[in-house]
Amino acid sequence: MMHALTAPLLRHSAHTRGWHRFLEHRPAAISAAILFVLVLLALCQPLIVAAMGQNPDAVDLLARFEPPTWAHPLGTDELGRDVFLRLLAGGRVSLFVGVVAALIGTIVGTLVGLWAGYYGGRVDSILMRVTDAVIALPLLPVLIVVAAIDPAKLGIPEAWRGGDRADLTRIVVIIALFGWTTVARLVRGAALALREQEFVRAATALGATPLRIMRVHLLPNMASPIIVATTLSVGHVILFESVLSFLGLGIQPPRASWGNMLTGAQELIWSAPLLVVYPGMLIFVTVMAFNFLGDGLQHALDPRATQRGERRTA
Amino acid sequence: MGRYLAGRLIQTALVMLAMSLAVYLVIGLMPGDPIDLMISGDPRITPADAERLRALHGLDRPLWDRYLAWLGPALGGDLGYSRLHAQPVLSVLMPYLGNTALLMGLSFLLAVTLALPLGIWAARREGEPADHAINLFCFAGISVPPFWLALLLMMLFAVALGWLPAGGVATVGDGGFWDRAAHLVLPVATLTLASVAGYARFMRASTIEVLRRDFVRTARAKGASESRVVLHHVLRNALLPVITLVALNFGALFSGALITETMFSYPGMGKMIYDAIMANDYNLALAGLLLATLLTLLANLAADLGYAALDPRVSLERAAA
Repeated sequence: MMHALTAPLLRHSAHTRGWHRFLEHRPAAISAAILFVLVLLALCQPLIVAAMGQNPDAVDLLARFEPPTWAHPLGTDELGRDVFLRLLAGGRVSLFVGVVAALIGTIVGTLVGLWAGYYGGRVDSILMRVTDAVIALPLLPVLIVVAAIDPAKLGIPEAWRGGDRADLTRIVVIIALFGWTTVARLVRGAALALREQEFVRAATALGATPLRIMRVHLLPNMASPIIVATTLSVGHVILFESVLSFLGLGIQPPRASWGNMLTGAQELIWSAPLLVVYPGMLIFVTVMAFNFLGDGLQHALDPRATQRGERRTA
Repeated sequence: MGRYLAGRLIQTALVMLAMSLAVYLVIGLMPGDPIDLMISGDPRITPADAERLRALHGLDRPLWDRYLAWLGPALGGDLGYSRLHAQPVLSVLMPYLGNTALLMGLSFLLAVTLALPLGIWAARREGEPADHAINLFCFAGISVPPFWLALLLMMLFAVALGWLPAGGVATVGDGGFWDRAAHLVLPVATLTLASVAGYARFMRASTIEVLRRDFVRTARAKGASESRVVLHHVLRNALLPVITLVALNFGALFSGALITETMFSYPGMGKMIYDAIMANDYNLALAGLLLATLLTLLANLAADLGYAALDPRVSLERAAA
């Protein structure tokens, strides 16, 4: 109703129209709000830790499995650590890995796709064979093998391997390594279609360099599907990170991640089921929110694609 | 048809060869080697013994040489010896493959049987509450971490209700048909729930597209009953893209099986690969991974053949040229 009343008053630019379509997609609007809160909590985590005066990694074997109290709002885990603080720390890790690995995947995929789609020919067929092969892989077993690689044998210097954030860097690299294919195919398809359009031919005839054509004419015209694919891929990355960390190959304890908080969970289902519910629920809600957000963005930015039913799935 | 199939099989073989090289090199980059494990198991082994053992097993040679030494016998069907199980790799693989085939087959059939009607039902009520409910279910299904789903099912059915066993394939001392079936329920349910949502979304999207086509309107106009329109005109056309997507998803199904098997201590390929990697059993991990890749590639090939069988417009001969 609001929409119909205000429609003639607001001069509808493409932006406001997209914004309205996004808000119409109620699950996406709710998801955006949930993600906003989660990101805010993750960003404020150091402040909350300081305010509560506890270390989320501090083990206290005298205070195992404590019920919720004022000091521990969600109780303590099997090593006496504060569950609430660990969930916040884990969220920080999961969201960071999700966003960074998805962005790297998008950048690599966009470069590969642009190259293949614009130049075509041999480069194109090689690149597409590679993406086909990556897509056909049974991804999880392969990720497990790659996660088990010893960086020393790859000749990566000690300075890079050690350090506090080695496990973070490692998992981002591993997931991004296999996460670029969807965007690559999408960008390639768009580039192939756009290449033949008159405005691109005109630009070529006027002497624009390939780099300028890609930057000025191709990229802006394929921004919407790229944004949608990146959003969806954040959800997938978070899911993969949680699985790898759960299996002991991702984020290493004592650093918390939603996945590794569940590593010993098979024993906990008998004694402390809530410890199993919290981290999994957060992964579930976050991934679902990113999926809905992607769906809503698609609805807003590229309404035709929603109708065609072109969606990415797991 | 014959020529197309031959071409595709050669292509598959080449991809397998490339995969075996890639996986071999990557596995070679994993920390430690079998001799390190022997040393940790038997402290009496001296450094000199270790060197001799490395030379005996060829571990002192460069990775590339070792790959070629593995490839020759492998092409003849000898995939080496599994240290973890102290048996030839092939005889280790077979029972695991059987278990996985049972798990994946059952849950695949179940998932498709549920997903197709669900997708069609949602598509025919596009925008209605039923569609929204199914859509919500599908989003939940593709977003839930499968290992957590397994934990929840265990908590509900094994711990709280005590109806079903929490893992394994059979109770020690029992092992009858019903006992084995009871052990399969939770793993199959986990894997099915994880894949049914994706399939239902494909089916919904594909059906919506077909329902908009002219021939559907024509069929309705000439008075065909709604069930005839759906079963005769819509289903076959809507299935085409779904077949491809489902086959491309075979890799994902395998990943799901790995998680499910690990969670329920179900002795299948996925758990076997995971255990082999963790225990540094190169030969077994390599063979398992290659077998999984081969099955995925064959599933894709089967999808293309199925596509051609369902759609008379597709000519494989032309595709081969």
